[in-house]
Amino acid sequence: MTFDVAILGAGPAGLAAARAAARSGKSIVLIDDNFAPGGQIWRGASQIELPSGVRFYPQTRLFAVDPGFTLHTEPLGTIHTTTLILATGARELFLPFPGWTLPGVFGAGGLQALVKAGADIKGKRVLVAGSGPLLLAVAATLRKRGARIAGIAEQANFGTVVSFLKKYPAKLPQAIALRARLIGVPYMTGVWPTRFEPRQVTLSTGRTLKIDYLACGFGLVPNTEVAQHLGCRLDDGFVAVDSRQRTTVDNVYCAGEPTGIGGLDKALEEGERAGAAATGQPVSRKRSHTGAFVRDLAATFALHHQLYSLAGPETILCRCEQVTHATLAPYREWRDAKLQTRCGMGACQGRICGPIVHHLFGWTATSIRPPLVPVPAASLLTTETPPEPENDRSDNAHPSNP
Amino acid sequence: MTPSPDVVIVGAGIVGAACAYELAQAGARVEVIDQSTPGSGATAAGMGHLVMLDGDELSRLSLDLWHALAKDLPKQAEFWNCGTIWIAANDDELNAAKTKPGVEMLDASQLYQAEPNLRPGLAGGALATRDSVVYAPVVTRWLLEQAKAKITSAGVTAFDTLHAGAVICATGALTPKLLPNLPIKPRKGHLVITDRYPRLVHHQLVELGYLQSAHGDSNESVAFNVQPRPTGQLLIGSSRQYGVETESIDRHMLHRMLRHAFEYLPALRDCNVIRTWTGFRASTPDKLPLIGRLRDHLYLATGHEGLGITTSLGTAKLIAAEILGRTPPIPPEPYRPERFHG
Repeated sequence: MTFDVAILGAGPAGLAAARAAARSGKSIVLIDDNFAPGGQIWRGASQIELPSGVRFYPQTRLFAVDPGFTLHTEPLGTIHTTTLILATGARELFLPFPGWTLPGVFGAGGLQALVKAGADIKGKRVLVAGSGPLLLAVAATLRKRGARIAGIAEQANFGTVVSFLKKYPAKLPQAIALRARLIGVPYMTGVWPTRFEPRQVTLSTGRTLKIDYLACGFGLVPNTEVAQHLGCRLDDGFVAVDSRQRTTVDNVYCAGEPTGIGGLDKALEEGERAGAAATGQPVSRKRSHTGAFVRDLAATFALHHQLYSLAGPETILCRCEQVTHATLAPYREWRDAKLQTRCGMGACQGRICGPIVHHLFGWTATSIRPPLVPVPAASLLTTETPPEPENDRSDNAHPSNP
Repeated sequence: MTPSPDVVIVGAGIVGAACAYELAQAGARVEVIDQSTPGSGATAAGMGHLVMLDGDELSRLSLDLWHALAKDLPKQAEFWNCGTIWIAANDDELNAAKTKPGVEMLDASQLYQAEPNLRPGLAGGALATRDSVVYAPVVTRWLLEQAKAKITSAGVTAFDTLHAGAVICATGALTPKLLPNLPIKPRKGHLVITDRYPRLVHHQLVELGYLQSAHGDSNESVAFNVQPRPTGQLLIGSSRQYGVETESIDRHMLHRMLRHAFEYLPALRDCNVIRTWTGFRASTPDKLPLIGRLRDHLYLATGHEGLGITTSLGTAKLIAAEILGRTPPIPPEPYRPERFHG
């Protein structure tokens, strides 16, 4: 299969990019690993309209990209394209505290997704804890599906949250609307969970709450693996782009959270710009979502340093390989820690524990190589290409694929 | 009693670490120099298969040493005496396998009883009961700790600048960069690891044709070689390539290797792969390591091809015997460097 443009990710940024790109009349393919478009934020929304002329493949996982570009996907197979738009979104940041791996603790977005997919939460007492605007949205969804929200614990201070809303009054109606759906739910600021035991959470104030589920969202980690695999430059962990959403690799564009955590409006605007730029259309010079908003958002919900020291010696940091804090603490660098403890070597390949050890120990877990996601061994054989000339891997003058 | 020699070992892979351990046991003060994290080269890239090869005294000695050491190793070293089954695809291979020393012959039905997921139509196998597997990076670290070795993180460009009673070169596939006149060539290998599939495979499984791949000289070859990890994960190998120095995956080799593995173990097709990587063996013309004095105070412990993890312990015994003037535990001649310029 060959397309003019391939868009990775069908969340807000990817859909906006698809709409913009489709106006060019070029052939567009959009792939996503979920079963429906919408991404994390519009997951399960019923009226997502796909632009006509865009071929959409759901439940399609990208596991390798060759220069030029050939996308290797599971279970679809290979897709050829000359232009790529990365709209790969973000995932939740998990922070370890005693009990965080027990049944009953969920990622906030993860629990929201489960509930939207039909999991029954009626009558369950839930504390939503962590940081950022996502907490309100998650609490509202859970409540709508019948959960009893025991409270929202926002680790940021009340004052910082208020200053943020004053500075960005456009966000106020959204916050008010969400809050209106949460009448009667205590919104605590400057508070975070410090321990979870079955049916009980202890808060940083020392108070305990009886709950069934704890939904934690400490922020978002950009999904930059594909960009890194392609060799795009990252600045401070985010994909570097210019005003046309171009990355440092020719014909690779990036939009949405991977360029800076900024939420829906930024994703839509960047997606539109990337879709237009990638198809040779004029790009709007108007930028309402600048770096300042991204920085303010990050600063407002910056995590309190005490959140990085909640884990006890026996708290597990790497879930796949069951590696504890005490096991990792003696190491000075990631490579050594990984080799000796197998931290990050399990099925998630460091996607969960990588950000954790980054925050706790300052290690940068760099291991981006195919397969980018686990795939059946037989699928690796679909990456069939003619034998390459020797030692050409670092050569930028790749032959274009058919 | 002579005073303890001060020994500098270049290379903190499992061979260097084993030498440090052995010499420290004899009272030597040891320094180990490596520019990279200890145990992060071929030691980390290899499978950690402890295997006895026919007629190779060094691997026999080493396997004895591993079994003796096993009780002292930390749990994380994951020493597991799972045994190797050498698989015979046909009667010729099965008959040839009968000459292997110390194996239990398996007919076809015994083979399938032991490993029901192998493809139908195989002739049988030879079970080497003492063969084992180990997680080598942890062993390497443990050996260095036991040796109380001073670990220096630095690159070495020449041996002449190192001052010690003895200097040991244990630099594996990087040896040609330091000693270009030695007959050592890097030989690239690919490995694949899957998610956890406990009970799919019970022994290390190697086709008898493996030896042709390992000991032959063709530029590119693959062999069926699958290892069950104690975690239930499966390591899938193996490939051999000369003349490639880039670390990136050579997809045609990966494909050949996997396709070959699927032929023997069809269930692998559906196992999720979580990681692929490459590493470099240090290959000599006769596929035996270079162990012993090269010149002056410089000793070699390198060139172990695919057998470095197995033979690290025996190598250390030979090196220590030579440096300390002791009687070697096995005849050292087959491994001495001068065999290539005698």
